[in-house]
Amino acid sequence: MKTQHDYLVQLEAEAIYILREVAGQFERPALLFSGGKDSICLVHLALKAFRPGKFPFPLVHVDTGHNFPEAIIYRDNLAKQIDERLIVRYVADTIQQKKLQDGKGKFPSRNGLQTYTLLDVIEEFEFDACIGGARRDEEKARAKERIFSVRDEFGQWDPKMQRPELWNIYNGKIHKGENVRIFPISNWTELDVWNYIKRENIQLPSIYFTHERECILTESGQLMNTNEFVKREETDVVVTKKVRYRTVGDMTCTAAIESEAYNVDDIITELKEARISERGATRMDDRVSEAAMEDRKKGGYF
Amino acid sequence: MDLLRFFTAGNVDDGKSTLIGRLLYDSNSISTDIIETLTRQSKTVGANTEIDLALLTDGLRAEREQGITIDVAYKYFSTSKRKFIIADTPGHIQYTRNMFTGASNADLAIILVDARNGITDQTKRHTIISAILGVPHVLVCINKMDLIDYSEEKYKQIERDYLVFAEKLNLQNIGFIPASALAGDNVVTKSEKMPWYNGLSLLEFLETVQLSETQQTDEARFQVQYVIRPQTEALHDYRGFAGKVVSGAYKKGQRVTVLPSGIESSIDKIEVNQNEVDVAETNTPVVLHLKDDVDISRGNTIVPSEFLPTTQKELTATICWMDNASYIPGQKIILQQNSFRSKAVIKDVMSKIDIHSFQALESDGTMKLNDICKVFIKTAEPISFDSYSHNRNTGAFILINENTNNTVAAGTID
Repeated sequence: MKTQHDYLVQLEAEAIYILREVAGQFERPALLFSGGKDSICLVHLALKAFRPGKFPFPLVHVDTGHNFPEAIIYRDNLAKQIDERLIVRYVADTIQQKKLQDGKGKFPSRNGLQTYTLLDVIEEFEFDACIGGARRDEEKARAKERIFSVRDEFGQWDPKMQRPELWNIYNGKIHKGENVRIFPISNWTELDVWNYIKRENIQLPSIYFTHERECILTESGQLMNTNEFVKREETDVVVTKKVRYRTVGDMTCTAAIESEAYNVDDIITELKEARISERGATRMDDRVSEAAMEDRKKGGYF
Repeated sequence: MDLLRFFTAGNVDDGKSTLIGRLLYDSNSISTDIIETLTRQSKTVGANTEIDLALLTDGLRAEREQGITIDVAYKYFSTSKRKFIIADTPGHIQYTRNMFTGASNADLAIILVDARNGITDQTKRHTIISAILGVPHVLVCINKMDLIDYSEEKYKQIERDYLVFAEKLNLQNIGFIPASALAGDNVVTKSEKMPWYNGLSLLEFLETVQLSETQQTDEARFQVQYVIRPQTEALHDYRGFAGKVVSGAYKKGQRVTVLPSGIESSIDKIEVNQNEVDVAETNTPVVLHLKDDVDISRGNTIVPSEFLPTTQKELTATICWMDNASYIPGQKIILQQNSFRSKAVIKDVMSKIDIHSFQALESDGTMKLNDICKVFIKTAEPISFDSYSHNRNTGAFILINENTNNTVAAGTID
């Protein structure tokens, strides 16, 4: 019996299977699109799952206002190119409507605030399923999350009440008001994503590749992009370096890494040698406490 | 490069988390920032060694505080030979359901035995669950060899005891490795302390174990997940059945039967990512088109006409009850097998399986959390299935509580 053992073929088949289960089980799903490499892969997988048909879901982006412009341009071009519906909702609007306090500090984060906008857009369109590009290798709370992750009306994740998930059988049955977060590439690692991008020749926003950039070198040694949202001080150590981004989050909380990687092959080589984890290298938000991600997820975050 | 999915069964006391930590650590799969975090955490919980490797897998706050594993954690690593997905499952009896979950997809089970204690009730339970779920390979890792002075004699005794117990279980492949996760003996590299052991280290075993044996059957099986109908002018008549080839292969022109309706047709076209192919092998996501305009919807099965699965409204199965709330006799449930769903009812709890002896005990009709029982189920719609021992993909199902929507049980069809 000839069985395809190549791991990328297997991971792709699993993701397509999950996407089709979403289409079959839910009435109003959505694909949460950030312009980052993981959600770009999701769109690519959705093309494989549903073409020549249209996607059975719109792309939804929660725009924090602190996104990299390159990611936003990429997002708009992609939606146009594949001719699928794109819904954008802005954290800035939520802040105004709900009279919320904007992020403070030197690198003001809208990480907590985007949860409000996300829950609002879920309510507005009555989404019963939201597909996301989170991976289990990113963080240890994520390592325990199901592929179909049921959230209550408040979007909350209860790690102790997760449904058992067996074989390839996904139970997406929910009550009205609840929704399910769905992670088709749960089992992919960062390196798998890059190997897939290479194999499929997927185009990415330019900030994933090396470029010269003016950055603030923080006390903990991270390279933070200088931009209008960061509170500049005279004591800032400003440097210009050849950098790239390993993850594309907000400009205020995503650090660049020094890199000479011009193309996907270079990045794969770089990652194989890298001795620091993806979130550890780039995210200020997870450094807050050991259980930072677990707490954010319980509160409705992805 | 291929992919091996395995799960580890055992307690923190058996050194399970330490073993996984050791595999990841010694195979250079852990990043420096995570090692720093671990070193910091290890000091907080007062661990004996410099780095408590077990902390790598215990992801949730409650688990770190209590020093136990509550839920299945997935870990990933790769070597130059293979990519691995580990389902790290808790060992205590109250987490049998989690072990069921982790074992359901696994190609291999690592069952940890504390060399000082030998075969325990827990070892038996883990082995029986592996047998029920048809895990193709079982690797018994006899850990803490350092604490019995690397004694070959004691190791051989445990091996003999295990084989006597496992004889009646119909396991496909059993292997043994003497190891010390804490000291690193035979985990990644062969240990010099056990010259009497001629086998492979754990990692070498994982890298080389044959995967082809996991394919049980050549009989082609396909279930419709979603019907693609673009309904555009250019693709007005396009109607494709999207799903995955779960076993065997499909060929263009092949005679097929649609179940449960029983209508015959033939395959007009097979598409993979919009390209037409003549043959689609196992595990390929495809879109099938049939010659005739047959009424087909999600959950229907399309199979070669010469290899029909059983299609009926009743079945017997071994199920593991997974809900905190006990089973209420007569309670209405939903049975889901891949993309197929039907209302169902458990007509009879025929026996309860003693998970330490594998004996069928007389049932009093109740089922509570972690019970494994033989049941007779009636479904409202006809279900097409194979026995689980014949086909792991079409012989498995879950039961969903109609009211709470929770997954309350998982079953394998006889």
